Amino acid sequence: KGHIEIDEELYEEIEEILITGDVGFETTLKIVDMLRKNVKKKSIQDVKDVREELKLIVEEILSGDDSNLKLEPKPAILVIVGVNGVGKTTSIGKIAMRLKSEGKSVLLAAGDTFRAAAAEQLEVWADRAGVELIKHQEGSDPSAVIFDAISGAKARNTDVLICDTAGRLHNKKNLMQELAKIFRIIDREYPEATKEVLLVIDATTGQNAINQVKIFKEAAPLTGIILTKLDGTAKGGVVLSIKSEQQLPIKLIGVGEKIEDLQDFNAKDFAKALFSSN
Amino acid sequence: MIFENLAEKLQSTLKNLKGKGKLTEKDVDLAMREVKLALLEADVHYKVVKDFIKKVKERSIGSEVMESLTPGQQVIKIVNEELSELMGGVQSKINISSKPPTVIMLVGLQGAGKTSTAGKLALNLKKQGKQPMLVACDVYRPAAIKQLEIVASGAGAIFYSEEGNTNPVEIATKGYEKAKTLGYDIVIIDTAGRLHIDENLMDELKNIKSSIKPHEIMLVVDSMTGQDAVNIAESFDQTLGIDGVILTKLDGDTRGGAALSIKAITKKPIKYAAVGEKLEDLEQFYPDRMASRILGM
Ligand SMILES: Nc1nc2c(ncn2[C@@H]2O[C@H](COP(=O)(O)OP(=O)(O)OP(=O)(O)O)[C@@H](O)[C@H]2O)c(=O)[nH]1
Ligand SMILES: Nc1nc2c(ncn2[C@@H]2O[C@H](COP(=O)(O)OP(=O)(O)OP(=O)(O)O)[C@@H](O)[C@H]2O)c(=O)[nH]1
Ligand SMILES: [K+]
Ligand SMILES: [Mg+2]
Ligand SMILES: [Mg+2]
Repeated sequence: KGHIEIDEELYEEIEEILITGDVGFETTLKIVDMLRKNVKKKSIQDVKDVREELKLIVEEILSGDDSNLKLEPKPAILVIVGVNGVGKTTSIGKIAMRLKSEGKSVLLAAGDTFRAAAAEQLEVWADRAGVELIKHQEGSDPSAVIFDAISGAKARNTDVLICDTAGRLHNKKNLMQELAKIFRIIDREYPEATKEVLLVIDATTGQNAINQVKIFKEAAPLTGIILTKLDGTAKGGVVLSIKSEQQLPIKLIGVGEKIEDLQDFNAKDFAKALFSSN
Repeated sequence: MIFENLAEKLQSTLKNLKGKGKLTEKDVDLAMREVKLALLEADVHYKVVKDFIKKVKERSIGSEVMESLTPGQQVIKIVNEELSELMGGVQSKINISSKPPTVIMLVGLQGAGKTSTAGKLALNLKKQGKQPMLVACDVYRPAAIKQLEIVASGAGAIFYSEEGNTNPVEIATKGYEKAKTLGYDIVIIDTAGRLHIDENLMDELKNIKSSIKPHEIMLVVDSMTGQDAVNIAESFDQTLGIDGVILTKLDGDTRGGAALSIKAITKKPIKYAAVGEKLEDLEQFYPDRMASRILGM
């Protein structure tokens, strides 16, 4: 912004941007440290170039491993997990639409049998995407839904089975055990399937997201992250801490409530958005 | 539990100060760095933390403290006082109008917990002998109306919706008129989740507000929210005007700094805490008790 000199004030401003973007204090200090070193090493003179360097550092942390959905060879099963209200069901609708338009056959499993009208909500998304849905009564065992859905996927020769699950806070032991049970069923009933297991994180979430990843990882064989609600003013910077600690790629982002509001994650765009004022 | 980790962190930091017979400015600086870390890790807003640290430092390095017999304890006392100040005040109740129906409108970001909280509030008020009516004004989210209907029936509340009507302002108005005619005590308006920067949808809320003049506009906030909590609360308050905050998902392990920040910046009271997914899981919020819990007092 107003800075013309590379001084302490500039670094403090950068620290503020990172922290208010939910990057977290420790990761912020690490990044600013790295920035100081690089500025020295590369003899950077211009404030503008400092900012570019900063973006590169962020990009570097976030890039690396492959962030494409792995749904080949078919059949594939995609399981969506996460805490309450982050955007699991909505993301499933969006993904179903995308896969279908790529010519894949898709089946949805309404694995949230707990929350009021969860299956009805997913059913609306199934209709919008033009795919089929397997559901049970509210209150029934979610593992049984997944079991049925796997049989259904086999019978239909479905390319991708996408399973919704109920929102659960990671500190609820019984709910996490229920999740582990779902994965045991999948391993037993569908060993031939390619597995993707995505944890949905709401970009408005603060440092708690780090715990979410840690603990969900214990119950579910996570393969990646969907970062939702990036259309708001929250930056989702906590994924930087997650990425440096947990090595879990961000695969998709949610940028709205409509069926087309799903994008591939792009580290460069993310870094740019982190440093743009809204 | 909320604030547990923050409390632990702060207390262990401050413990180091306690025994010190003499304090240097450097001791204070070091301790404040730890306090800052604890607060930021708990998602307290950057600006709130900065102001807080500044205030505590200013008060701490004054000669009265430094030259006292127990400077460490003095600093701890200052931290306690300033934190209590942040959490602010005593419990504030929901305004029940002397002329029924009392109208409560729930607003907030997507997925914050409005619809479930509507049910919890209804049950809570029902237990106090009131007859609440839930009005379904979320015409956007798939199956939102059905969700509220299920929740209303669980709470034993009257449910109002309008099949096919996509105008939330109309639905709110007619629901309110009906409650008035039939003599229900409480009207709870469930609105669709929206971003605070979505002008069209914020206008819609303003229109509902001017049509039915709610007694309580409650911002429902997910307690896991990070630094953006302040922007969200400020925007809703500036564009719509809020009377209070309901914090949800306090049954998680969040450190809950968003609560501190919202209170500090908007000065609006946190009135309820949602602590689970069941209809019974709603509690009154006691800020003074919360502050004590953070500080382990
Ligand atoms: N603005 C915005 N809203 C979103 C996005 N993704 C989901 N939502 C909204 O967030 C709210 C919650 O989404 P759901 O898909 O029901 O979330 P969930 O994780 O399935 O919730 P539970 O099943 O109750 O745990 C809904 O209002 C969605 O429309 C997004 O990328 N941007
Ligand atoms: N564990 C827990 N879950 C909660 C709490 N409050 C709400 N939830 C869950 O959070 C999710 C979202 O709640 P909703 O009531 O649908 O949220 P909303 O604000 O109405 O969402 P939109 O209408 O999509 O904006 C659901 O899975 C709820 O069961 C709480 O206090 N604790
Ligand atoms: K949320
Ligand atoms: Mg869902
Ligand atoms: Mg709702």
